[in-house]
Amino acid sequence: MGLDVIFDFLGQAFTDRNLMLWLIPLGPLSAFVLISFITLILWLVRQVTGTQENMIPASDHHYNDHHHPDYGGMEVPYQPDWFRVTAVVIGMAGIIWALIISWTLVFGALNDFGAGTFGSLDSAAYYGDDSHSEGDESHSEDEAHGDDHGSSADCAPCVYSDEITWMSIGAEGDTTGVVPDESTDYEIGVLLDPLNITLLFMVPIAMLGIFTYSIGYMAHDARQAKFFALISLFATAMFVLTIADNLMMLFVGWEIMGFCSYSLIGFWYEKRSAYKAAIKAFTVTRVADVVMLLGIVYLWNIAGTLNFRDILYNPEVLQMIGSTPAIIFGGFGMSAAGLIGVFLLIGTVGKSAQFPLHVWLPDAMEGPTPVSAMIHAAAMVSAGVYAIIRMYPLFVALTNPHASDPTFSAPLIIMAVVGSFTALFAATMGVAQRDVKAVLAYSTISQLGFMVAALGVGAYIAATFHLITHAFFKALLFMASGAVIHAMEHGEHHVHEHHAAHGHDDHAHDEHHDEHGHDEHHADDEHGVHFDPQDMFNMGGLNKRIPVTFWTFLAGGFSLAGFPLITAGFWSKDEILAESWFGFVAHGSGLHAMVFFVLALAAFLTAFYTMRQIALTFLGEPRTEEAEHAGLGGQYNIVSITMQAPLILLAVFALGAGFIGVPDDFPIFGAIFSPEHNYFHHLVIYALPFMENGGSEVFHVDAPAFNIIPVAVSFIVALGGLWLGWKMYGEKPLEAGEEDPLIKYLGEPIYTALQNRYYMDDLYDLIFVRPAQWISRGVITLLDKGIIDTVLHTLGFVFTVIGDFIKVMNKWLIDGVGDGVPKGIWDFGGWARQAQNGRIQFYLLIVLAAVLVIGVIFAITTGAVLAS
Amino acid sequence: MNDINIFLILAWVVFTIITLGGALGVVTTRNLFRGTIWLMVSLFGVAGYYVLLEAPFLAAVQVLVYIGAIAILFTFAVMLTRSLTQLTDRYNRPIANVVGAVLLFVLLMVGVILPIWFTNEPVDPAIINAQVQDTRDLGEALVSKDGFVIPFEVVSLLLTAAMIGAIVIAREVEEDEKGKRA
Amino acid sequence: MIPLWLYLMVSAALFSIGTFGVLSRRNGVAVLMSVELMLNAVNINLIAFWRYLTPTEINGFAFTAFVVVIAAAEAAVGLAIIISVYRSRRSVIPEEADMLRG
Repeated sequence: MGLDVIFDFLGQAFTDRNLMLWLIPLGPLSAFVLISFITLILWLVRQVTGTQENMIPASDHHYNDHHHPDYGGMEVPYQPDWFRVTAVVIGMAGIIWALIISWTLVFGALNDFGAGTFGSLDSAAYYGDDSHSEGDESHSEDEAHGDDHGSSADCAPCVYSDEITWMSIGAEGDTTGVVPDESTDYEIGVLLDPLNITLLFMVPIAMLGIFTYSIGYMAHDARQAKFFALISLFATAMFVLTIADNLMMLFVGWEIMGFCSYSLIGFWYEKRSAYKAAIKAFTVTRVADVVMLLGIVYLWNIAGTLNFRDILYNPEVLQMIGSTPAIIFGGFGMSAAGLIGVFLLIGTVGKSAQFPLHVWLPDAMEGPTPVSAMIHAAAMVSAGVYAIIRMYPLFVALTNPHASDPTFSAPLIIMAVVGSFTALFAATMGVAQRDVKAVLAYSTISQLGFMVAALGVGAYIAATFHLITHAFFKALLFMASGAVIHAMEHGEHHVHEHHAAHGHDDHAHDEHHDEHGHDEHHADDEHGVHFDPQDMFNMGGLNKRIPVTFWTFLAGGFSLAGFPLITAGFWSKDEILAESWFGFVAHGSGLHAMVFFVLALAAFLTAFYTMRQIALTFLGEPRTEEAEHAGLGGQYNIVSITMQAPLILLAVFALGAGFIGVPDDFPIFGAIFSPEHNYFHHLVIYALPFMENGGSEVFHVDAPAFNIIPVAVSFIVALGGLWLGWKMYGEKPLEAGEEDPLIKYLGEPIYTALQNRYYMDDLYDLIFVRPAQWISRGVITLLDKGIIDTVLHTLGFVFTVIGDFIKVMNKWLIDGVGDGVPKGIWDFGGWARQAQNGRIQFYLLIVLAAVLVIGVIFAITTGAVLAS
Repeated sequence: MNDINIFLILAWVVFTIITLGGALGVVTTRNLFRGTIWLMVSLFGVAGYYVLLEAPFLAAVQVLVYIGAIAILFTFAVMLTRSLTQLTDRYNRPIANVVGAVLLFVLLMVGVILPIWFTNEPVDPAIINAQVQDTRDLGEALVSKDGFVIPFEVVSLLLTAAMIGAIVIAREVEEDEKGKRA
Repeated sequence: MIPLWLYLMVSAALFSIGTFGVLSRRNGVAVLMSVELMLNAVNINLIAFWRYLTPTEINGFAFTAFVVVIAAAEAAVGLAIIISVYRSRRSVIPEEADMLRG
């Protein structure tokens, strides 16, 4: 009977578009399961046949003819070629499956409902008449079509949706009486609405590019099959997150993605820096996710449902959540919606790498480049912004940033401030980086800051638009920079081969080469004097070596810089600036003004460092012998083709994707690309419900009228930044060994500070990691020795602490800061280490103690209330 | 039936003695083989509660799966690690743990169970006489689309994964030892 | 009918005894047996609440069945780990399996 259900479902799913949504993540998921399964079978076969020689050195020529990656002489399991090919084929099949179904649904939806009148609300039926009587003009034309849509009648703004019962929870879920769904079942479901249609268009095509690229990029990696299994799971998680219709399912996708990013950033875990980066990314995002989970739990507690439609499209629920005082800070005017918003926002701050928690993203480039593209563009960081846009009505709550007297809820203010600060802050760091991928990593943080800031001032359509265009050009840029690195490694290999072959016969040359590879690897770890294929100052003149990569990189880079009129980045960035300028001028809103000016400055820096990067990497003459020999191994080789074809594909989108969102009153371009209306604006606007606060519509606002000032500012910052970069780096290309001219202008200390990320990582180590170790030591000592041993012992411990403290103080005073503090920290470190004694029962005892404390508090408060 | 039936009370007392006595045996006995026997006794007492609570199917499952399979598995484990079943030192920091466990019990009783559930209100006769869900209902719920079919499939998968995992974990070390001996 | 709180009391007692066993037994197998006791305490709770609050629903009943399955999986993996550790370290004492020590 269980199987019948599944077969029935599959039979229906291919014909019913509501059910077809479920099939999207199925493709990549099956790919993951299949590859894992084959790996298991192979392992079992090896066990049964008892063959041990399946481990071969990773430097074996079978894998390492490209000198990439360098596993430092360790042994890796030998994987037969047929299996590697099978894994690639399965992975590609999975993503193509997802692409076909997603696009079938996306275009099916656009076809069924029409782009302009898409998902128009039958609001009279859904909300009652009053909310509709003042509907704006753009809506009245939709009314004619109001009846013919609606695959499910009770779900006005969504297009396709389906729900199943996950499990019945037996308790009354509805604590407020306003949520229409009265059943006690917890339901999970999928939905496709105007908002995630845009994502479902972007994600699969970007993923397809990344998968294709991985074929070439990982072709010489011993663990290619594992890589394809993991990125398939990554894609699954992103699709689950995109089509989820409730916050819990979104969170599940979110967390699977967290795990995948952890294991993919640390994919080359033989590299110390890689596994450290993986742990860092996992820990930092986990901190944020815990807070986000708190927000979800609180939302469940207060609303009794996590379904987007039940919460966000129901003004009564929003009204209720928005007017309930929060359990903490309620006295300061914080509403429950505000508190939940802040909690969810912190989750996004972690996932999308906003200011205090941005530290993991630059390190995340330790993973293979396709993973960086995945994390930075198509999936991970987009998910954070998407989550905010999805829950946007909750964030806005009872305020209205578009009103003539704009009001902002607490989360909105935080978003505007954090977002614009991050945009500028990350842009300044990007200016001074030497590593070709690091520049892009900081630009990602900066561009995400743009989106979050735009959300903070209510420009959610502009933010969505920028999310889409950014995903295209950033995926392109990352993959192009990966091709550059690959080419440089190729050049490096060539140079070594050349030197090694000098005066040796073939056999000796092989040996010599292997040996050399190992030595060099150690040198890399210990002395850092090794040739760095990612350092832009080692490059130069690559435009002649890899022309396809150069031109596509140029397209992506100009899009990132916002090169006027012909790039996608220009149109989306311009819309953000236009909206914030409009808020500033029309309503005199200070927050809008702040966002506008900070973002304009950040956009200028963006253009500057993009030009710097292009000039340093591609222009001029090669600065090293390696750069002179860089290449992707010939024109028609599989690596060259699979690594460059996706670049061309994405370059088309990086340039062209902007034309779907050209403002309709933009001179000339508006008439060409938006004859009727701004298609993107018109599509996304129906993702959010009608809501009126103080008599004016909150979400369904028209784009601001064309205004020359923000457009002129867009032109000036983009062209000005590019011009400055050209003046500094392009006009007179750097010679080999010449130092960065920026040092002259900024001065050595500032430049170093920028390069070292303002020392943020060191600061975090000092204020979080060390005290945490110290505190855990203190807590454990209190519990362990305090309970078991006598009070005397505790007293002794206290005196020891004081003694140690005095000792450290003494040293500090006597030996001076330079000597005492490091020693004290060292002592603390060694001392704190004992806290992690690895004994599971001891940890559990601490858990019990914590449970007792929490239980006592619960019993005193809630228990007494319930009993009375 | 609303009256408290003396035989029910008696049965409850007997099962309580069996369950808690067996549990105490598990955590105190020095010889672990006897510990597994005590475990079976305790689990049997729990099966008795299931009968009292009108869930006879679960009582059968308890006997078959817990006593018949899991406890036997423990017996095997004890035998496989036989040389160490009798340790001179039974406990780590027993006093702290006794204090902790007693505090937990007191907390649950005084803080949660007594204030909330210790009432003298008679149980609603509708509930006492209700037609309780039986094995047939459980079976249908486990495979019906509106019931628990997805959790059911997930649990099946989990069990399979656990079994394979157990084999892998227990096997791998053996390989190493083989390698060392060779 | 027997008052509900009597079942809850037994369950709490069983849970506390199990907690004590998990925290203090020096033998890994005994720790796992104590975990089984704790799971059974939870099951008693589930069934008691089901019978006294929602006897016409299937939830409590079904959950108990799931818990039994999970317990079986847990026991299998747990014992495999113990045997594996025993083979490599000749010890079933959790305190000695401190390879995670910082």
